[in-house]
Amino acid sequence: MMPQGQTARPAAPALSIRGLTVDLPRGMERRHAVENITFDLLDGQILCIVGESGSGKSVTANTIMGLLPRAILVSAGAIQLGGPDGTAMIGASPATLRSVRGRVVSMIFQDPLSALNPLMRVGEQITEVLTAHDVGTKDWQRQRVIELLTEVNLPNPQLMYDQYPFRLSGGQRQRVMIAMALALEPKVLIADEPTTALDVTTQAQILHLIRDILRRKGMSVMFITHDFGVVAEIADSVIVMEKGRIVEQGIAAEVLKSPSHPYTRRLIAAVPNLTGQDRAAAATVPEDAILKVEGLSKTYRSGSALLGSQRVVPAVQDVWFDIGASRTLGIVGESGSGKSSLGRLLVKLQDCDGGRILFEGRDIAALSDSEFRPLRPKIQMIFQDPFASLNPRSTIGQILTVGPVAHGMPRAQARIEAKELLARVGLDAGAFDRYPHEFSGGQRQRIGIARALMFKPRLLVADEAVSALDVSIQAQILQLLDQIQRETGVSMIFITHDLRVASQICDQIAVMHKGRIVEQGPPSQIFLNPQSSYTRELVAAIPGETLV
Amino acid sequence: MRGFLVKRLLQSLILLLIVSVIGFAVLNLFPGGPLAQYALDSSMTQDDLMRLKEQLGLNRPLYVQYLDWAFRLVQGDWGHSFRDRAPVLSVIGRHLWATFLLMGSSTILAVGVGAWIGIRSATHRGSLFDHAATIGAMVALSIPTFWFGLVGIYVFTLRLGWLPAGNMYTVGDESILDYLHHLIMPSAVLALVHVAIWSRYMRSATLDVIHQDFVNTARAKGLSERRILMKHVVGNALLPMITLAGIQLPSVLTGALVTETVFTWPGMGRLFLDSLGYSDYPVVMGLLMFSAVLVIVSNLLADITVALVDPRIRLA
Repeated sequence: MMPQGQTARPAAPALSIRGLTVDLPRGMERRHAVENITFDLLDGQILCIVGESGSGKSVTANTIMGLLPRAILVSAGAIQLGGPDGTAMIGASPATLRSVRGRVVSMIFQDPLSALNPLMRVGEQITEVLTAHDVGTKDWQRQRVIELLTEVNLPNPQLMYDQYPFRLSGGQRQRVMIAMALALEPKVLIADEPTTALDVTTQAQILHLIRDILRRKGMSVMFITHDFGVVAEIADSVIVMEKGRIVEQGIAAEVLKSPSHPYTRRLIAAVPNLTGQDRAAAATVPEDAILKVEGLSKTYRSGSALLGSQRVVPAVQDVWFDIGASRTLGIVGESGSGKSSLGRLLVKLQDCDGGRILFEGRDIAALSDSEFRPLRPKIQMIFQDPFASLNPRSTIGQILTVGPVAHGMPRAQARIEAKELLARVGLDAGAFDRYPHEFSGGQRQRIGIARALMFKPRLLVADEAVSALDVSIQAQILQLLDQIQRETGVSMIFITHDLRVASQICDQIAVMHKGRIVEQGPPSQIFLNPQSSYTRELVAAIPGETLV
Repeated sequence: MRGFLVKRLLQSLILLLIVSVIGFAVLNLFPGGPLAQYALDSSMTQDDLMRLKEQLGLNRPLYVQYLDWAFRLVQGDWGHSFRDRAPVLSVIGRHLWATFLLMGSSTILAVGVGAWIGIRSATHRGSLFDHAATIGAMVALSIPTFWFGLVGIYVFTLRLGWLPAGNMYTVGDESILDYLHHLIMPSAVLALVHVAIWSRYMRSATLDVIHQDFVNTARAKGLSERRILMKHVVGNALLPMITLAGIQLPSVLTGALVTETVFTWPGMGRLFLDSLGYSDYPVVMGLLMFSAVLVIVSNLLADITVALVDPRIRLA
């Protein structure tokens, strides 16, 4: 099945996959990781493979590289790399696979923090690609690595050569990975969610770099993503995968404009897009601020002042905002902007250095732990990682009731309320006696929300509460939060790095940069008429603005 | 780094103080004491004993004895053995070399063999080798060292006649080969438990590293499995082992005590047991302080080594 090319001359496929089926070990939820998939990656094109977690897109990439774990076996199909005279990857000997990897096909991974060896210098790690394939003399290799570091726009390549990975930012590490992948100018580059772990502005730069290099070198790229925004940015053609099957493939622009399969339509619809419209007020409520933050500051100090080795990082600087009852304030920023520190200060997981936090008119910043304890139920938090934030050894019932019972709620009443809340967040009552591992990520986040609601809070602080979820699940959780706010009148502070998500749910948005709020206003102002240059930069970096 | 060293030094001093107080108190609270030996001799009169007590300074209150001992210690005077009046430091010095030889050789053996078994178990997880190594480690850990020592003597000395049953050298020979010949069995027996411990730790450390993303990156570059193992896996897996080595040292020292006794090896372990038997308190206290310093220094060295090897700590 060739995607319908626009050009008259059909390009040769750099990679072609025919009827590939990969089995999962027995006892998994389905038999095949991928089932009978067939596609071509044409020369000089970017092919995006889109799907949610568990759709089989990473397994496909690892199969092409011959990097599958031993327990997962290919049961049928063929992979031809580099045209008809190229290499058949299925059943190839380990030596053949080794000689192809890095030379004909190379790969970059999702998490640039863990994809580089922490004990080796950056230059050495790139050089390894050359030595592994016996290319060049030592001097030539060094020169080539410097050239590559320059090519991926890393600052000061000579210095960069001798750096260790921990010194580099996420974006810089991903550039190193790209340099490594380009070292021998392979025909095919496989990129497995290479920008998912990055900030939007960094993501935009990396996408630009990949597209740019592809054009210059005439490489083909197989780009795996879950984000249709990214597809809109870079893809020539697109494949949509669901549960190990290809449900739709075609030219990117066409699939985006008129998706034919319902799953594709759902995925595209679930991508939060910037409407630039303000949210309809939840209810007519008195405009009394439930929370007022005045001049809040926090500085991290490490090392010892006595020995003169102190490091001072101002995380939150002179932050002012207020939030009314049943309103949602979005706090948006990139990693290191201080948004999570701010969240921790608000729920007093950390003490601030200066400023006031007026909750219902009372300054909670000044309260000691024991003074604050009676207020704690009123301010609740929803955490980012739905896998790590629930105790795996407790039942859902225990998780929901332990807090309220400790705060004096009778056990029987706590049980009844917990079951009601489970129904409210869209889980059936049977969940009460089950354990966290029996639930999916989205379900766990619902449990996390129910746990926070058990205290009948006045204020919810959600720190990246939907960032770890697939887009379609993300949309459901956002909807749930919206519905709960309308029903209970709870106020929400929604911390996120994703402006698109913030635009969906917030009445007001505060943009943080280097510990300060650089701009604050309704979504219509932030997205359509941003006042600060940083906000403009952020909005411009959002992938797929064209996608509406 | 300087701040770190200063802090560690202060911690170490406090630790040494605590060790010395506890050691001194426990020794002196024991019934008997250094004079018990002499009391058995019927020719000793009560007056003789009193004179001896005065001579050795044992008639003073305990805290005065401690302070006196401690001040001398700080000035480098570790006291004199009750047994032969020789300075404690030189008594320890006579036995030091033997113990270091035993500990050093068995540590090298344990680390080498243990790491190899651990890495191979991890890369061949679930294989026959892995299972055998697991069972072997459990056996080595659950049977006491002296038993292995006795079995070793029975098999290799009595049955096969290959190795000597004890001592450090043959009187009159004393060549390097002779030393090595005597070293093999005690060193191997002492190493056995540590091979087991090291292989277990190394196995789990290697498994941790094997599943890291950068190992996949290395594969995607087209590196051979061997090079991936040597260049990317082993280094990262050994990192936590350095700290382990520092922590393990006291147990090697304890193991040496038993091993030296079984093989009549003239090291600090033997000296310690003998001195305890004779209530030779200055020597016992000296050994106690010496081993405390040894443990502190080895942990410090381990931490410094980690800092030197790991760029994230060295350059941070």
